[in-house]
Amino acid sequence: MAEALLETRDLCKSFGGLVVTDAVSLVVAPGEIHAIIGPNGAGKTTLIAELAGELRPDSGSIHFAGADITRLAMARRAALGIARSFQITSIFREFSVLDNVAMAVQAHAGHSFRFWRSARRDARLRDPARQVLAKVGLAERAESRAVALSHGEKRALEIAMVLATRPRLLLLDEPMAGMGPQDAAGMVRLLAELKRQVTMVLVEHDMDAVFALADRITVMVYGRIIASGTPDAIRGDAEVRRAYLGEAAA
Amino acid sequence: MQDEVAFGGGLLNLLPRPMGAAMTAVLEQLLNGAQFGVMLFLMAAGLTLIFGIMNLINLAHGSLYMAGAYVAAATFAASGSFLLALLAALAAAVALGAAIEIVVFRTLYDREHLDQVLATFGLILFFNELVRMIWGATALYMQVPAFLAGHVELLSGSPYPTYRLAVIGAGLAVALLLHLLIARTRIGMLIRAGASNRAMVDALGVNVTLLYTLVFALGAALAAFAGAMAGPIFTVESGMGESVLILAFVVIVIGGIGSLRGAFVAALLVGIVDAMGRAFLRPLLASFMSHATADNAGPALASMLIYILMAAILLIRPQGLFPPRGR
Amino acid sequence: MSVARRSLVIGVSLAALAVAPAIALAAGEPFYVTLLTRIMIFAIAALSLDLILGYGGLVSFGHAAYLGIGAYAVGILAFHGITSGPLQFAVAILASAAAAAMIGAVSLRTSGVYFIMITLAFAQMLYFLAESLNIYGGDDGLNITQPSNFGRLVDLGDPATLYYVVLAVLLVLLLLTRQLINSRFGLLVQGVKSNERRMAALGFPTFRYKLAAFILSGTICGLAGALFANLTLFCSPAIMHWTRSGEIMMMVILGGMGSLFGPVLGAALYLLLETLLSGATEHWQAILGPILVLVVLFSRSGFFGMLTGERTTRGRADG
Repeated sequence: MAEALLETRDLCKSFGGLVVTDAVSLVVAPGEIHAIIGPNGAGKTTLIAELAGELRPDSGSIHFAGADITRLAMARRAALGIARSFQITSIFREFSVLDNVAMAVQAHAGHSFRFWRSARRDARLRDPARQVLAKVGLAERAESRAVALSHGEKRALEIAMVLATRPRLLLLDEPMAGMGPQDAAGMVRLLAELKRQVTMVLVEHDMDAVFALADRITVMVYGRIIASGTPDAIRGDAEVRRAYLGEAAA
Repeated sequence: MQDEVAFGGGLLNLLPRPMGAAMTAVLEQLLNGAQFGVMLFLMAAGLTLIFGIMNLINLAHGSLYMAGAYVAAATFAASGSFLLALLAALAAAVALGAAIEIVVFRTLYDREHLDQVLATFGLILFFNELVRMIWGATALYMQVPAFLAGHVELLSGSPYPTYRLAVIGAGLAVALLLHLLIARTRIGMLIRAGASNRAMVDALGVNVTLLYTLVFALGAALAAFAGAMAGPIFTVESGMGESVLILAFVVIVIGGIGSLRGAFVAALLVGIVDAMGRAFLRPLLASFMSHATADNAGPALASMLIYILMAAILLIRPQGLFPPRGR
Repeated sequence: MSVARRSLVIGVSLAALAVAPAIALAAGEPFYVTLLTRIMIFAIAALSLDLILGYGGLVSFGHAAYLGIGAYAVGILAFHGITSGPLQFAVAILASAAAAAMIGAVSLRTSGVYFIMITLAFAQMLYFLAESLNIYGGDDGLNITQPSNFGRLVDLGDPATLYYVVLAVLLVLLLLTRQLINSRFGLLVQGVKSNERRMAALGFPTFRYKLAAFILSGTICGLAGALFANLTLFCSPAIMHWTRSGEIMMMVILGGMGSLFGPVLGAALYLLLETLLSGATEHWQAILGPILVLVVLFSRSGFFGMLTGERTTRGRADG
């Protein structure tokens, strides 16, 4: 059994009187797709923000590849190989699609105190970017301005950007959000292809996607983990069914 | 020799002379600082409320202060009634504020801060020239009203201008009223709610446009009140609003945007530090430097003191002393 | 399409600038040489601001401070008998860089309105500092007895020579900044303006790059200040007055933010407008003010955008 890639120990966070992360202890094995599901308000996005380094937990610790990263800033964690996609697509709207991905490549291509050479003509940035765009199916849209893309294409672009950083861990916050059935199926296909190459923590509401992709599922309610295990185990868990009573599977 | 009532005068007489004089000087500067501080608070309060609710940065706030000063000075000179002058100043500022709001700000609410800064900058140029056109380029003189003239004996042998004490008193009274308004009334609750979640207040059916106008009028009135009171103390001239405005910005940054309490604490802090610095830095430096150097370094350092204070506070708490919550 | 138009506008403008002194002197109107030199110096200042404002989204409302530092570097050294041009300019550049580093280090820890107010406050601080230094003239300013001495290289005392030196500096800066904008550093700065959160999530340590851009911007502005001191042979706190910062910003907007050449046109437009209006009436600010308000409220892409048919990035607030 390989050592966990990502581990949290008793992670806690409150906003005023509201407890949003309640002693969350999570273990993510390398190469697995670990889905986090739960009703709205369960604190899933907050957890992602804490894992990414955008929010500082009140107590508890986060460990990545054995190292304690609880105090590390977001950019430092990204440099270590933790990449994140946001619930609301976060890209560079005014730039071209290729520029967007090239920027992601640039983030991990050494320092950027380079003032002279044109970055748009730098093959070391543009070539890897084109490759990733091909992988997500956006090769033809390379020169379009990002803002002109459809919603599904924008989500795919964001995935391309995070992939371009060659991450060890992907934090995906509802990648399927707002997608029609065709786009969603495409996204599932893409993520399935990435299985084993990248470890993923996937927050999702789309149950078809979750059960198709996940190796393990953790269920959160009101900031606390109520169940964690294989998809079959979760499907059969009485507490989980109770938590979802009245909620139709997507 | 002095027959007037002195506070604590007896105590002072027990101390050796130089110490007593030093304490008097310190007290005087503390009061000067407090007086300047409350005026800064009046400016900062309006600005921080307007920014907190409407997310609008308004450089022309200094022009409202200037309008208050000019109208008060002109009315006082014409009528001899300080009360009338104050009322006229308030009325003028509210009217002017409403005009600006309708003509310029309605378009600016949705715009990015850069646009707001530039547009209100244009307004400043216009208003500064307008007062020159109406009242000429030379400064207006405003007398201290008769009923507030004279001095009060604070400690024996140290008279302090009654008017300045009145300004401190008035400023504190307004601060208290403002606090009560925001914390205890329904309007105040709407203002606080609006500051924290504008869209929600709108969705709840509150007339947000009216709320905005009210808040803006309140801010304008506060600025005009400060301007009117400033008349007898500072020079009433074109461009007088801007130096106060920038200090008000410093106050807001130190205190935390959107926080009235922060503005109050920061304003007094800034006022007192400034007064003390101007009075005591040069003699302090002269005690271990040559007088010539101290004569240059003293005022130079004193003029920079507040900004150094601001920088120091920002290094520790970039969001100010009382940062907005949940933003 | 617009690339050709851009080149045309820029080409014509630069050509006009190249021949202007000859024409002005031949027509017996040396005033225009001085005016155009002034315009070019402010074009350099506006260009420096556009780097961080138009491309980086950093609304620095205190840029006049660097103009002042550059000017005072020349003035103060001259006052103490140091007239060597290279030395004066070196000090001007280093002092501006140092000031920008210190101001940036504090200001860039904040953003949004805080940032605007803080940069404004620091500029005001330097203004008061200059005012209080009586030894250097205080409020009245300091006369500079002779221009920076560059020996036999150039004589900055000759108006036409100074003009061409400033023009050369402007040209070099235009070329250098154009390279900069398309470099990795330049794209990063633009990325920060577009979506700083995403930049950090990708792994960029954005603070150090913002600071570097800020320092670069302040340094170029300081250079403009040193040139300004040579033009007017005078330096006073008025150069650093905060309204001056507002004017520089207006030049960037008028000309077209985020375009590098826009600020050049903007400086020309603003100063020509000011010259024209102040000649017409002593109350010219009452006209200029509303014009500025209208431009901000209704214009989108500035004068350069208008000429080239391009759109720029100003306008609605996001989210």
